[in-house]
Amino acid sequence: MSQVNDAAAGHYGDRPWLAPGAVPFIHIQGVSKRFGDFVAVDNVDLEIYKGELFALLGGSGCGKTTLLRMLAGFEEPSSGNIFIDGADMRSVPPYERPVNMMFQSYALFPHMRVEQNVAYGLKRDGVPPAEVRRRVEEMLAMVELSDFARRKPHQLSGGQRQRVALARALVKRPKVLLLDEPLAALDKRLREQTQFELMNIQDKLGVTFIVVTHDQEEAMTLSTRIAVMDAGRFVQIGTPTEIYEYPQTRFTASFIGTINMFEGTVVRDGGGLALDCADLPMRLALPEHFDGGEGQQITLAVRPEKIRMSKTQDAGGGAVVSLPGKVRDLAYMGNLSIYRVEVGKAVVQITAPNQRRLDQREITWDDEVHVGWDTASALALTE
Amino acid sequence: MTRGLQTALARLQGGWQSVVVLVPYFWLLLFFLVPFFIVLKISLAERIIASPPFSPLFQWAEDGALTMRLLFDNFVWLWEDELYVETYLNSLRISIVSTILCLLIGYPIAYGISRARPTARTILLLMVILPFWTSFLLRVYAWIGLLADQGTINNLLIFLGVIDSPIRLLYSEFAVYVGIVYTYVPFMILPLYANMEKLDLSLHEAAADLGARPLTTFFTVTLPMTLPGIIAGSLLVFIPATGEFVIPDLLGGGNVLMIGNVLYGEFNANHDWPVAAAVAVALLVVLVVPMMIYQRVQARESGI
Repeated sequence: MSQVNDAAAGHYGDRPWLAPGAVPFIHIQGVSKRFGDFVAVDNVDLEIYKGELFALLGGSGCGKTTLLRMLAGFEEPSSGNIFIDGADMRSVPPYERPVNMMFQSYALFPHMRVEQNVAYGLKRDGVPPAEVRRRVEEMLAMVELSDFARRKPHQLSGGQRQRVALARALVKRPKVLLLDEPLAALDKRLREQTQFELMNIQDKLGVTFIVVTHDQEEAMTLSTRIAVMDAGRFVQIGTPTEIYEYPQTRFTASFIGTINMFEGTVVRDGGGLALDCADLPMRLALPEHFDGGEGQQITLAVRPEKIRMSKTQDAGGGAVVSLPGKVRDLAYMGNLSIYRVEVGKAVVQITAPNQRRLDQREITWDDEVHVGWDTASALALTE
Repeated sequence: MTRGLQTALARLQGGWQSVVVLVPYFWLLLFFLVPFFIVLKISLAERIIASPPFSPLFQWAEDGALTMRLLFDNFVWLWEDELYVETYLNSLRISIVSTILCLLIGYPIAYGISRARPTARTILLLMVILPFWTSFLLRVYAWIGLLADQGTINNLLIFLGVIDSPIRLLYSEFAVYVGIVYTYVPFMILPLYANMEKLDLSLHEAAADLGARPLTTFFTVTLPMTLPGIIAGSLLVFIPATGEFVIPDLLGGGNVLMIGNVLYGEFNANHDWPVAAAVAVALLVVLVVPMMIYQRVQARESGI
């Protein structure tokens, strides 16, 4: 079975779920978790393949952590089944599961030195002392903490503690590593650096990672696939690109990044269909992928960076939407600027790279502009 | 100008700070060190028939010289008379066993309270503290009623047909253990609870996740992390239990001799203040040793 997966991974690289005949490594089947009247996880199905770096993304209380805790064995599903590497995990206690977890608080044992923390799991498995020492040293070298082996957790910085927690969870060579908000406690620079370290380690060891996060940026950069969760259910499962470029619902579209949304009714306009939005001075052409009909209430969504802006009538040619507006607000972010342009009664948000210096830019407050986008860049969302 | 004023104010505040720090030191000096030196002085005196019944420390000799007499007789007496050494050892044995019993009973109770729901926790803690609302003497007398030959426990056992005639419960070492453990178990529970309440539950989950069974988790994580609470609670039980004299007097009925009873007897029945003082000083030395061990452990905990 693992041979099938390895072969599949060979051909399909970091997209093992596309391989024909690929067998999911983790199979979550109709799993629900209720706490009293509250449904934390509501009948979810999920298949995760070997070697994936899978992100469970959602706001607080969406059920992502509960799902992770069910995989670790700290919670039993109220109904449904979880299979890891073909084995049913029902009533298998945490200490017998082939998974290890990195806790959000790191949960390092404060009374043990770094090396003792890392060795803890190996000792529980009855690994001979010499091998324990060798593997602990090897793991500490990998997370670059060899010089800190004899320190206690409270003598380490946040980033070092995070690496100890990672080393402690990985030293047992689990089949699956569960990470609960692994980077939440780190500052921005350290977070970016650690993100890449995590990806390198995952690549090197080939362990399947499941990451719980509320940070969409973290999910986007880290993972091979993302499951967006809301109210105990999966809203969408896909690669970061799919989730960002082709969100299927308004929730996903607005949860990941920023997006402009125009609500309206589909009407017949000349030869084709268009969106009649009450807030806008003119109708919007619909993207080709739209397969609904006249009279339907839909939302047209466009990412801010996909919108162009110019002082003259946009001469993009082809399938382009163009609207007159006035710059109301402008935020300078260093590498890019955010413009808020009033179009009819709506406000359109546009991001543009600062190709020129601030004092030389063409468009500024109160300028009359035309905003426009390729119709193919927009999304017609029905739910 | 303003800066000068500010530094002056800061200095004044510094002055007040040192006053605040000095108050407890002054308190300790007045009510601990001074009485201790008075007791130490008496222990080095000689018993005389007078009021007060001991010889003065300083005396004018006939040739006009001020002389100081320090008699170590009393301490030699304590060491040579088997009664005292045996009683000290007996007191230590009883308080050590009581401390262990308090720990065995108190540890699961404290753990249970710390893991209870917040509302239940308040009630459970209240139940631990509740006995303090009645007089200590009253509670010990209540045990006499329970343990006596015609007491509640014997009557119940006879009624149930477990025994035919009353068994001896009161005026025995058993009754003393019951009294001490009953009285001091809250002093074990409270520091343990304070320690366990702060215990991070995710550490238990981390241990389980790394392959530790519940019992292993207890011995490798829970127990070492609650050690400060165990030490604090054990000292709070051990130190007063060693000097206990009401419980062995009332529940031991003269069959169980602890050092507190000897001290009481020397002072009240024999009117031998110097020997009584020497017993007290020696007891303090016996108790200071564990306190110093505790201090060292604490210093090491916070040091590393």
